[in-house]
Amino acid sequence: MLESFEVTKKFLGKTAVDGVSIKLEPGHIYAMLGPNGSGKTTWMKMAAGLIKPTSGVIKYKDEPVGVRSRREIAYMSTEPYFYDWMTVGDVGKYYQDFFDDFSMEAFEEMLQEMDLEKKLKCKELSSGMLAKLKVAVTMARDAKVYMLDEPLNGIDLLARDEVLNAIIRHAGEDKVLLVSSHLVEELESVVDYAIFINKSHLAGVYEVEELRQNQCISLADKYREVYGAAEMGGAC
Amino acid sequence: MQYDSKTPIYMQVIDAIKLDIINERIKTGEKLPSSRDLAVQYTINPNTAARVYQELEREGVCYTKRGMGTFVTEDESKIKECRHEMAHGCLEEFLKCISELGISKDEAIEMIKTTK
Repeated sequence: MLESFEVTKKFLGKTAVDGVSIKLEPGHIYAMLGPNGSGKTTWMKMAAGLIKPTSGVIKYKDEPVGVRSRREIAYMSTEPYFYDWMTVGDVGKYYQDFFDDFSMEAFEEMLQEMDLEKKLKCKELSSGMLAKLKVAVTMARDAKVYMLDEPLNGIDLLARDEVLNAIIRHAGEDKVLLVSSHLVEELESVVDYAIFINKSHLAGVYEVEELRQNQCISLADKYREVYGAAEMGGAC
Repeated sequence: MQYDSKTPIYMQVIDAIKLDIINERIKTGEKLPSSRDLAVQYTINPNTAARVYQELEREGVCYTKRGMGTFVTEDESKIKECRHEMAHGCLEEFLKCISELGISKDEAIEMIKTTK
């Protein structure tokens, strides 16, 4: 459904993404993992159609991503993008104006589940509440692809569970979910596949249960192996 | 739930559900949550949750009523069988640890008898 062909992005001589080819299929939740600065955000922005690759192409349903694909690809950027004067409710209205597939009903339902009040002002929100709001407003769209860039960054355990629940509830046979993080353990039980990005290159795609079943190692063990720390794992 | 890192997650959830059935925290014939709710309850991937039910069904611990959901078997002998299997698993684990410590089976039995 969403496919990246040899995608490279250079910024003034620095290569942020280098020859990345991956394919995302509906019915799965993918983690995009890698240390900070490895190129996850740049790849996602290209897949969201916000910036263009220097070379290579990302296709959604066999067409290069662009204005049209943005209707079906919901993207949550990692940096906050709400105005201070907005209330939680205003953020919903703002999205409703932008996206035809936004459902106010779904948004309100998620706010309730996540314990967020509509009349709260954005500037008064804690980082955990802000993170939940970003996820809620993105997932209130009835999209086919959801890309969340670092939704678990800087939030406490309870907020984390609420965000993960929202992700699990939105997965579906016809949907692709892609969640980036530099925290492997937090996502391990929730995703089917993990895409490892290291120093702007693709460093492998692994199936979580397959690693456990056939190699007796967790995704976190594989991460340590790929990213160079002490070797882990071993006999079942 | 905390998952250990060497065993597939679906197997760990299956064991947790079986334990609940054996301890009657889930009763025979009771309706189980939908696979989506199971996924949320255990913070697991929805495909993993679906696999949990497939396996439990294959083993005869659960069955699906079309359009109504998944239910725990009413067959008490099946649940006894589960208890027996899980007990065996515990024993194997125990014997492995004990033998790694260089303690014989007979010594271990003696220790069990004298441990309060």
